[in-house]
Amino acid sequence: MNNYSLVLIIILYLAVLFYIAFFAERKKKSKWVNNPYVYTLSLAVYCSAWTYYGSIGIAANSGIDFLPIYLGPVIAAPLWIVLLRKIIRISKQHKISSIADFISLRYGNHRFLGALVTLVCLFGTLPYISLQLKAVSETFAIIADETSYISTSILDDSTFYVALLLAVFATFFGTQNTDASEKHKGIIASVAFESVLKLLFFLVIGIYITFYLFDGTTDIYSKISNTENFNSLIKLNGIEDSFNWFFMTGLSFIAIFLLPRQFQVSVLENIREKHLKKAIWMFPLYLLLFNVFVIFIAWAGKLTFGNAVNAEYYTLLLPLENGNSFLATLVFLGGFSAVISMVVVSTLALSIMVSNNLIIPYGFLDKFIKNQPERNSKYIKNIRRISIFTIIITAYFFYVSFSRELSLYSIGLISFVIIAQLAPSFFIGLYWNRGSSKAAIIGIIVGILIVLYTLVLPFTVQAYTGSDDFVQYGLRGISALKPHALFGIDFLSPPAHAFFWSMSANILCYLIFSLTSKGHYRERNYAEMFVDIRNFSTLQDSALVWKGEAYVADIKNVLVRFLGETKANRALSIFFTKYKLSPDTQIADARLINFSEKLLTGSIGSASAKILIASVVKEEQISLVEVLKILEESKEHIVSNKVLLEKSNELAELSSKLKTANQELITKDKQKDEFLDTVAHELKTPITGIRAATELLMDDIDDMPMEMKQQFLKNILQDSDRLGRLINNILDFEKLETGRLNLDIERYDIQNTMKKAMSSISHIASKKEIRLINRNPHSFKLNYDEDRILQVLTNLLSNAMKFCKEKTGEITIDYKLGNQFVEISVSDNGKGIPSEDHDFIFEKFYQSKHQNTIKPHGSGLGLAITKQIVQKHNGKIWAEKGLKKGAKLVFTLPFE
Amino acid sequence: MKRKILIVDDEPNIVMSLEYTFKKQDFEVFIARDGSEALEILESEVPDVVLLDIMMPNVDGYQTLTQIKNNEKLADTKVVFLTAKNKASDIEKGLKLGADKYLTKPFSVKKIVSEILELLN
Repeated sequence: MNNYSLVLIIILYLAVLFYIAFFAERKKKSKWVNNPYVYTLSLAVYCSAWTYYGSIGIAANSGIDFLPIYLGPVIAAPLWIVLLRKIIRISKQHKISSIADFISLRYGNHRFLGALVTLVCLFGTLPYISLQLKAVSETFAIIADETSYISTSILDDSTFYVALLLAVFATFFGTQNTDASEKHKGIIASVAFESVLKLLFFLVIGIYITFYLFDGTTDIYSKISNTENFNSLIKLNGIEDSFNWFFMTGLSFIAIFLLPRQFQVSVLENIREKHLKKAIWMFPLYLLLFNVFVIFIAWAGKLTFGNAVNAEYYTLLLPLENGNSFLATLVFLGGFSAVISMVVVSTLALSIMVSNNLIIPYGFLDKFIKNQPERNSKYIKNIRRISIFTIIITAYFFYVSFSRELSLYSIGLISFVIIAQLAPSFFIGLYWNRGSSKAAIIGIIVGILIVLYTLVLPFTVQAYTGSDDFVQYGLRGISALKPHALFGIDFLSPPAHAFFWSMSANILCYLIFSLTSKGHYRERNYAEMFVDIRNFSTLQDSALVWKGEAYVADIKNVLVRFLGETKANRALSIFFTKYKLSPDTQIADARLINFSEKLLTGSIGSASAKILIASVVKEEQISLVEVLKILEESKEHIVSNKVLLEKSNELAELSSKLKTANQELITKDKQKDEFLDTVAHELKTPITGIRAATELLMDDIDDMPMEMKQQFLKNILQDSDRLGRLINNILDFEKLETGRLNLDIERYDIQNTMKKAMSSISHIASKKEIRLINRNPHSFKLNYDEDRILQVLTNLLSNAMKFCKEKTGEITIDYKLGNQFVEISVSDNGKGIPSEDHDFIFEKFYQSKHQNTIKPHGSGLGLAITKQIVQKHNGKIWAEKGLKKGAKLVFTLPFE
Repeated sequence: MKRKILIVDDEPNIVMSLEYTFKKQDFEVFIARDGSEALEILESEVPDVVLLDIMMPNVDGYQTLTQIKNNEKLADTKVVFLTAKNKASDIEKGLKLGADKYLTKPFSVKKIVSEILELLN
C-alpha cells in the first residue's frame, strides 16, 4: 500500500478518536460514558502492541509461554472486589492522582518516596512506550512495503510523526483540568472504543487465518505436529519451566495493579465501586477471547514462513502473502489502536506524576507562591503538557537507540520487572501499619539496582560492545555474579531470574527496615488511615492528628493561589458548614489542615500540598505514642458509635414489633368485648321474656284469663328453648373458633345425610306448607363428620325456611360432583339476600336489616358456625350472587 | 282520657308481657316492632310515653329517639329506653340523646310500671 494513503487512514482514524473523546467530554454525565462496560473495556488498555503482536512471536518460538502474562490478571480479577475496592476507596478519600501519590501518601506524604516512585515508573514505562512506537514503525513499514527503506533522519521517519500526533491527543484531553484527580472521561471513552476495535480485528484475523487460510484448528494442529521440535512448543520443560511460569504469573499479577496506566484506568478513572462487580468477570473474558487464536496464528505463520520472517508480525504477513491487503490494514489499525491507548494513558499518568511528584515539589513551589492564581493553573497545565511531549519524545529516542534490536516481548518484560519493585511497599503497606518510608525507599532502590544488573546492564553492554562476555562469565569473570545466573541459579529465564532476585531482596529490605526503624508519627498516622480505611473513612478529616498553630487566613491565602478566589471561598464555606464552625473562625485545626492538603493534592500532588500548607503553619512535634493513642480513641469512638447505632436500631425494631403486637391485642380484646356484649344481649332477651311472663303469672294468677295464662306459659317454654339453643351454639362456636373441636371423620353417603337433615325439618315445613325438594337422588360416598355436616344442612334448611313464605315456599336441596369435591346447595324462593349483605352473612351475630319483621328466633351464630364446620372440612361456603329470585347457599366438601 | 303508651320492641314475647301490663294499668297501648313502624304510628298519635328498645332492625332506638326529639308535636312525650344494653357508656349515651329514663332488661314488671307512673305524674 502507498505510504501516503496509509498516513491518510491514520489521520482519519485519529480524527474519529478525537471525535469520540470530544463527545464523551461533552456528555460527561451520560450513561454512555458512565457504565461498567466502558470501565471494563478501559481496563483492556492492558492489551497493548505487546499482546497484539508480541504474544504471537513468543507462541511461535517458545510455545505457550505467552500465557502467564494473562494468567496473572485473571487470578487477580476476583481479588479486585476486596483489594481494588480498598485502593479505590483510599484514593477517592485522599484525592490521589497517581500511584506515586498513593505510595508516598501511605508513607506519611514523603516527598522523596513520591519522586522515587515517579522515577521507577518513568524508567519502567519509557521502554514500554518505545516498544509501542517500534511496533507502529515496523508494522507501518510492512503495510507500506518499505522494509528495505532505512530512514536516515528523524524528519523522514513516519514513527516520529505518529509519536507527535499521540502527544497532541494526550495533551489535549489529558490536561483539561488542573485538578488531576478529576476524571478524564474523553480519554477513557476512546480507550474503551479502541479496546473493542483491537479485539474485533484480532478475532477477525484469527478466524481468517484459522478457517480461511487453513482448514480449522485441527488442520493446523495436525500439520504442525509433524514438524520437528513440536513438543517443546506445547509442553513445560520440567521444574525449571514451572518456576518460570510461576514467576511470570506473579509478575503479571503485580503489573495489573501497578503499571501506571492500569492504576490510572482501574483506580483513578473508576466512577463507581460497583462497576468492579462486572469487571471481575468481563475482563478475564476479554483476555481469554484475545488469546483464543494466538497459538493457531503462530503455528499457521510457522507453517507458512518457517523461520524466514519476524513471527511477531504473522497477523500482517499472512494476509499480505495471500494478497489481502484490506485485512492487513484492519490488523494494522487494531494494533495501532492498542498502541494509542497504551501510549496516551501511560503518558497521561506519567505526566501527572512527573509534574506533581517531581517537578513541582522539587523546584517550582516557590515560584507558585509568588504567582497569581490564574497563572498558577496555566503553569501546572503547561508543566504537564511539556512532560507529555518530553516523555513521548524520550521514548522515541529510546526506541531509536535500543529497541530496534530487541523483541517486543523482552522489552515488555523489562518494564514489568521494574514496575514490580513497587509491589512490596504498595501491597504490604496496605495491610501492615508498621511498614515505613525508609524501608520502602531502601527496598525499591535495592530492587532496582538488582534489575539493572541482571536485566538492563547485560543488553546495554551487549549493544555497545557487541560481546556477550559479561553474560557468559559474569562481572570480572566471577561466576557467582553472572547477571543471568546469580549465585548459580541458572535455570530461570532472564526476566524470571531478575524478578526472583530483585523481589526477594526488595521484600527482605522492606521487612527488616520496617521492623528496625522507629517510624515518624505522621507516617504512622497515614499508615493507620490506609490499613483501616473502613473505620477512618467515617472519621474523614479528623483522621489526621495534628498539633500546632495555624491561622485560617494564611491557609486561605495558599488555597486562593492555586484554586482562585471563588473556588477557595466555596471550599472553605463547605468546610465550615460540614463541621458546624462559624465562618469567622480564626484558628485552624487539624481538620482544616487535612482538608486543605486534600484540596491542593489534586492540582499539585500530595507532597507539594503538604509542603505548601506546612509553610504557613507552625506544627508542633507529637510523639508517636500520642498519635497512636489519639487514633485509637477516635477508632474506639467510631466503634462504640456503631454499636450504639446498631442497638438503637434493634430497639426501634423491637418497639415497632411491640406496637404491632399491642395493636393486635387491642383489636382482639375489642373483638372479645363485642362478642361478650352481643352474647350477653342475646342471652338477656329470652331471660327478659321468661322473667316478665313469670312475674305476671305470679302476681296476676287469679285475674288473668285462661288463654292469656296459657300464652305466657307457652312463651316461657319458647324462651327457655331459645336459651338452651343459644348456649349450645355459643359453646359450639367457641370450640370451633379456638380449634378445639375434633372432627369424627368416617365414610358416609351424602345422600343419606341430606335425607336425615330434610326429615328433621319436614315436620315444621309441612306445618307451614313449604315444599322440600331433593333434586339429586343418587348416592355418593365420601369422608366427613356426619353430625357436623348434618348441623350445617339443618342450619341452611331452617335458615331458608325463615325467609320463605308459607304455602308458596319451596326449598331445594341438591348436589353435584366436581373434580375434587362435591358441591352441595340449598336454595329457596324467598326474598333473597340483598347484595350488600353477601359479604357479612357468615359473620357472627350479623342479622340482616331486611329480614322478616317478625324476628326469627336465631342465635345469630348459625351461619358463623356453619362456615367454621365447612372450613374445618377444608371446604368452602358462599352465597350465590346475582340470582333473580330467592337465595342459594352452596358449600363444598373435598373428596380427601 | 286514657293515657297512651307506645311500646317499641322486636321481641314478641317481651312485647306481649308489656302490653298485658299496661292495658291492665288502663293505658291505651300501641305497638311497633321497630323504629320505622314506631315513627309511622307517631305520625298520627301523640302518646304520653314511648317505651323504646335500642337494638332493633332497620331504624334503631337511638335514631328513633332523635326523630322524636326533632318533632315539635311530640314535645310533651316522654321517652324511656328499655334495653339489654347496660354498660355505663350506653346509659350515658341514651340520656345525652334526651331520654327521660333508662331502664334495663331483664326487668321487673312492677318496677317498670312504677317508674313510668312516676314519670307521668
